[in-house]
Amino acid sequence: MNGVFDLGGTDGMGRVVTDTDEPVFRAEWEKAAFAMFSNCFRAGFFGIDSFRHSIEKMDAAEYLLSNYYEHWVHVIEDFGAQKGVIDVAELEKRTRYFLDNPDAPLPERKDPELLAFVDAVVKAGAPAQRESDKIAKFSVGDTVTVTADSPYGHTRRARYIRGRTGEITGAHGTYIYPDSAGNGGPEAPEHLYTVRFTSQELWGPDAAEPHDVVYFDVWEPYLTLAS
Amino acid sequence: MAQPSSPTDTRLRTQEEIAARVKALESMLIEKGIMTTEAIDRLAEIYENEVGPQLGAQVVARAWTDPEFKARLLADASAACAEMGIGGLQGEDMVVVENTATVHNAIVCTLCSCYPWPVLGLPPNWYKAPAYRARIVREPRKVLAEDFGFPIPDDVEIRIWDSSSELRYWVLPQRPAGTEDLGAFELAALVTRDSMIGVGPVGTP
Repeated sequence: MNGVFDLGGTDGMGRVVTDTDEPVFRAEWEKAAFAMFSNCFRAGFFGIDSFRHSIEKMDAAEYLLSNYYEHWVHVIEDFGAQKGVIDVAELEKRTRYFLDNPDAPLPERKDPELLAFVDAVVKAGAPAQRESDKIAKFSVGDTVTVTADSPYGHTRRARYIRGRTGEITGAHGTYIYPDSAGNGGPEAPEHLYTVRFTSQELWGPDAAEPHDVVYFDVWEPYLTLAS
Repeated sequence: MAQPSSPTDTRLRTQEEIAARVKALESMLIEKGIMTTEAIDRLAEIYENEVGPQLGAQVVARAWTDPEFKARLLADASAACAEMGIGGLQGEDMVVVENTATVHNAIVCTLCSCYPWPVLGLPPNWYKAPAYRARIVREPRKVLAEDFGFPIPDDVEIRIWDSSSELRYWVLPQRPAGTEDLGAFELAALVTRDSMIGVGPVGTP
């Protein structure tokens, strides 16, 4: 989808503001929001692609201005409601309660399996590479052009590479396809490539800083052979 | 989400409002058997104290001192890191790119906030925020020089790696001069998080 989250090349975003002494979590609520991702992933709320697409559908102004982990909270509310786990009226009621009683205790519950899952998933990860018998259409060294269409659903075709031509520098085998998995479809694995674009190709001869390049990963359906 | 009462209202929450919202959500997820406060504390503990850029620094120092390891790291970073017991969530498929006298690399995720957690921990907020994501692919020299105080010489090619897939790029910085006598432990102390993102230098001995 053509959303504001697709920021590459956007002008007017201001200076990069760094903070040398920033803690990993700036507030207690950020820890809980962070943990909701893996806990709700385990509960089957979403895969990584549909998680990203839910963030992409946030209110655009809110996306740009809110704290990072608020994006994650949005996803948990979105899928919690969809899955019938979160009743929105009840959530509003409890939010008002905790606003008035910020130190009120949370329900107590133990779950050794969940605790074991946390350590296991951090260590093992959740690989996205998938076996497939699809034959790769392209190979390293091919010159390719990214399709220039604009799907409404989830895709990893950033606007700044659409219609642009580059050279394949890496061929990585088959991975979960975001344009299917991120839109509620099956994993439908596709071949994944890294493509090298020159700065001049992306931004034109006047705008580009000379002799710089951008590498961008693309799935096979995004590409056509250029020459 | 609070609905705006007029088109010019913002929907942004205060810290108190977001804290209450998260606590409300948390209470419901706990009751539904989906999470526990123990699991939250454990995850926070891992990324506050166990998984961070000190791990990437150990990998870099070993690559600087062990040419065969470096070759394996550049060929298959996840497999090479696994030799050191390093790997896992959001680093299942890592790719290390090497800085040289003629090439400087930096990483970004323009579409969201992808980052190699197993070697760098969780990303700093500026990496996830709009300004860096918007500009580093378009005017990398200007961003590095003006925003990070880290100018790259004109004759050095800048390569930006935009992690649009589950591949997780990170940078093997150049070993600083004058470190010939240092061992891997002392070298690791010179490796900064920013040097592995590509937006800052390594330290000097």
